[in-house]
Amino acid sequence: MTQIEQDKNAPDTVMSDYNFAYLDEQTKRMIRRAILKSLAIPGYQVPFASREMPMPYGWGTGGVQVSAAVLTPDDTLKVIDQGADDTTNAVSIRRFFEKTAGVAVTEATAEASIIQTRHRIPEAELREDQVLVYQVPIPEPLRFLEPSEVETRKMHELEEYGLMHVKLYEDIAQHGAIATAYAYPVKVEGRYVMDPSPIPKFDNPKLEMAAIQLFGAGREQRIYALPPYTQVVSLDFEDYPFEASKADHLCGLCGAEDSYLDELIVDDEGGRLFMCSDTDYCVARQAAGHRGSDAAPTLEGVA
Amino acid sequence: MIRVENVSKSFTLHNQGAVVIPVMSGGELSVAKGECVALTGASGAGKSTLMRMIYGNYLTAAGRIMVGDLDVARASPREILMLRRHVLGYVSQFLRVVPRVATLDVVAEPLRAVGRSEAEARDRARELLAQLNIPERLWQLSPTTFSGGEQQRVNIARGFAHPYPVLLLDEPTASLDATNRATVLALIEEAKARGTAIVGIFHDEAAREQICDREVDVTRFTPGMAA
Amino acid sequence: MTPLLQVEDIAKYYGTRIGCTGVSFDLYPGEVMGIVGESGSGKSTLLNTLAGHLTPDRGAVRFDTRADGLRDTVTMSEPERRMLSRTDWAFVHQHARDGLRMNVSAGGNVGERLMAVGARHYGKIRATASDWLGRVEINEDRIDDRPASFSGGMQQRLQIARNLVTGPRLVFMDEPTGGLDVSVQARLLDLLRNLVREMGLSAIIVTHDLAVVRLLADRLMVMKDGHVVESGLTDQVLDDPQHGYTQLLVSSVLQV
Repeated sequence: MTQIEQDKNAPDTVMSDYNFAYLDEQTKRMIRRAILKSLAIPGYQVPFASREMPMPYGWGTGGVQVSAAVLTPDDTLKVIDQGADDTTNAVSIRRFFEKTAGVAVTEATAEASIIQTRHRIPEAELREDQVLVYQVPIPEPLRFLEPSEVETRKMHELEEYGLMHVKLYEDIAQHGAIATAYAYPVKVEGRYVMDPSPIPKFDNPKLEMAAIQLFGAGREQRIYALPPYTQVVSLDFEDYPFEASKADHLCGLCGAEDSYLDELIVDDEGGRLFMCSDTDYCVARQAAGHRGSDAAPTLEGVA
Repeated sequence: MIRVENVSKSFTLHNQGAVVIPVMSGGELSVAKGECVALTGASGAGKSTLMRMIYGNYLTAAGRIMVGDLDVARASPREILMLRRHVLGYVSQFLRVVPRVATLDVVAEPLRAVGRSEAEARDRARELLAQLNIPERLWQLSPTTFSGGEQQRVNIARGFAHPYPVLLLDEPTASLDATNRATVLALIEEAKARGTAIVGIFHDEAAREQICDREVDVTRFTPGMAA
Repeated sequence: MTPLLQVEDIAKYYGTRIGCTGVSFDLYPGEVMGIVGESGSGKSTLLNTLAGHLTPDRGAVRFDTRADGLRDTVTMSEPERRMLSRTDWAFVHQHARDGLRMNVSAGGNVGERLMAVGARHYGKIRATASDWLGRVEINEDRIDDRPASFSGGMQQRLQIARNLVTGPRLVFMDEPTGGLDVSVQARLLDLLRNLVREMGLSAIIVTHDLAVVRLLADRLMVMKDGHVVESGLTDQVLDDPQHGYTQLLVSSVLQV
């Protein structure tokens, strides 16, 4: 999987039956206005008129609409799902834009101009000329404790964020530590509390980056954003400070010690393999000659 | 300390054809410091009514009721509350307390209300309860479960916890045995000695004669019952 | 002495129907005011209007703020009013589940107001919550349990702890003992009375239970059809009611 497998049926030119990137121009303009507003008010959830997409809710309809609105024919698109380029969700979205926009696609993080992601931030540092588009299931960080939308909007308006800490308090009370491991709430530029989508909290420090970050929630009809170099602080307590934790292992395939790892059960004896969740990062390291110490033989033994 | 001038009172029963029942007119009374005055008159003549008017429990239709510097007949609720907290004590025939509160705290409460420490208030409460022969094993229980006589004594202890300059006593010796009766009378004498102005209703004639300096027959203020 | 709360000619209408109208009173520090009346008399409307949950159509509700003295809470900005309602004010609902977060532990419920005003030290928040559970007679080993597993009386006491933890000066209570067993009511009344005195609280209590106001309230207002028909010292209003409606109310109570 060093190169994207070309769809045998993909035509050489854009299919004329679809408008560029599937959505009509009016809709894309509407979404762009929402994106501009969201960039102007970092962390604020801007409502938008989410369209029906040819995929079910939960499969990234919000991210797809945002990507469609910012894509240009010159862009190179990368799509990852939990860090991987080769999962069903990533492959189908990538094919969707190949088909409807005819844009170039890539698995290499550095080569992409737009990266749509579900649940991860790539390990490689992103640049100012890149856009990271997140698929968001539930954009409202206060939702689990306050069911009323009217009330949560009021809380954002008046910066009443005590409730967010109640959630962290509950974590410590129940687990002895802040057990929230993903979708860890952050405060943006000292103003809005934001849900960074279900990325692992390991990724939270990376939210302060050079690239533009756009968040799209299709079912909930919200778009929010982080402009480049926006201050993003993970919430915590003085005596229980935020920690960007990961599994305490090296990647079994490439030996990386700084990347977020997935845990795989590889046999019936409970044998485990830790490997980079960012497949591009892992493959690139292996190509550069890095090898995990012990995992590769195990894998082969199973196969 | 108490000066009642030309007071009148009537009840209007709105739900019984708006019947107006006059119960007092031209009421007069004055009690000096250290003086104990007994209200007398037949049942229904208005002894309790007058006492309740002085306490602010009944409204006064006309006239003045001076307790210290305050005209209770015209005072605001807040002024009456302050007066009751610091100046004006009342030992009624009935004990009205929050059901669960321990007897000791019921008696200590008036002292707590004027800002005394819990320890000081409880010490005084213990002293009074012991004096009035309430067995110590009952002190931590709520008085709501006590016998009539015990409740009466708790009520008296509570009334004498804080040295009010003015005291209203409604039948303080009723349903007491000889020993406790003597204790209550001694408490009243003590209060008089420190200058407390007392108005009381005593059906117990001997008690009345022992501690009261004067008697005022309220029958002469009772419309249609003037003797 | 400055009143803590100064209510002037408050009126609230629902369309053309009167919610409450022409209500004025002063409440002083440490005073407990009872409001009684039957269902639909406007007492809950009045309470919610005073507490800022409803906007009155007329009148002023001035509160003696710590920073600037008497301020009209009706015309102050919403952020200011909401800040008041989680610092100097408290609201105890009749149904504990309206005033509690049922999916949050007891400790989290009590700690929320602390965190809302900026507390960020878990250990201190928990210690304060634990102390308050003790003060409302909830065993401290229940601190991590959710209120759903509590009895009605415990839930109500938890609601009180949650409200009083920030040391408010004014507490609004809507039927605080409603729906509780009589013995549980007594315990709650005792608790409320002690807290009111220890903390020097002022309170406005809406109830239809005359026994409750006799034990808790210094002063009493009687409402009927949106109007205050009578007010005064609690025992005076109950023992010498002047208005026909109050007389009816008092004479309707079953004596035990």
